[in-house]
Amino acid sequence: MGFMLTEKAIDAAALVEGLRDMRAGACVTFEGRVRAENGGRTVTALDYEAYGPLAEKEGEKVLSEAGRKFRITGAACVHRTGKLGLGDIAVWVGVTAGHRGAAFGACRYIIDEIKERLPIWKKEHYADGATEWINCAADGRPPGGRRRGKAG
Amino acid sequence: MKKTVRVRYFAILREQRGLDEERIVTEAATAGALYEALRGRHPFSLPADRLRVAINGEFRTWETAVSDGDELVFMPPIAGG
Repeated sequence: MGFMLTEKAIDAAALVEGLRDMRAGACVTFEGRVRAENGGRTVTALDYEAYGPLAEKEGEKVLSEAGRKFRITGAACVHRTGKLGLGDIAVWVGVTAGHRGAAFGACRYIIDEIKERLPIWKKEHYADGATEWINCAADGRPPGGRRRGKAG
Repeated sequence: MKKTVRVRYFAILREQRGLDEERIVTEAATAGALYEALRGRHPFSLPADRLRVAINGEFRTWETAVSDGDELVFMPPIAGG
């Protein structure tokens, strides 16, 4: 339970087991995974870096907010740091609730806020050998040179 | 007035500075003034308005006064998830 950063592979089955709760009629989980493409470029790997103490504090805050906004019985979130390969889980969110509406709502709230607020950075490695820190281009453009838009 | 602070760097700033952290003796009054001073010395590509600052583990504004012994982190645009 709660928020955690980890350098180790995320074990989704173990995490969902940790959310077992006889009061919960619903359990919604989200896995953010490393995708092979971004902005038209072929991605081969990602590095995640976090300012640990502040990311953990802010992550706990997001989970508490979800508990106040939605009628849930439990929530947990784990975010990776270090080097990730294609298909690896970068972030995992799990929520239990009496009913599905609150579980879906809280899960969506948590992943959206985590992506917006936690001091975590992502460097993409591309097939052509280039690398880029996402959202950090000096002119504000996203990778691939398209106009800035909402990240996936 | 001179004070000694610890500055930690992450992601693109860490690479542009070539260091994870350093101790800096500064006369900068605010977090914003300190970043501008550092930007004058190092090849930081991002202006302050693209960054956020944390002091002693809390998000703060650029106008926040810098005190002796503070730990500052200038945070590039985040990209978690």
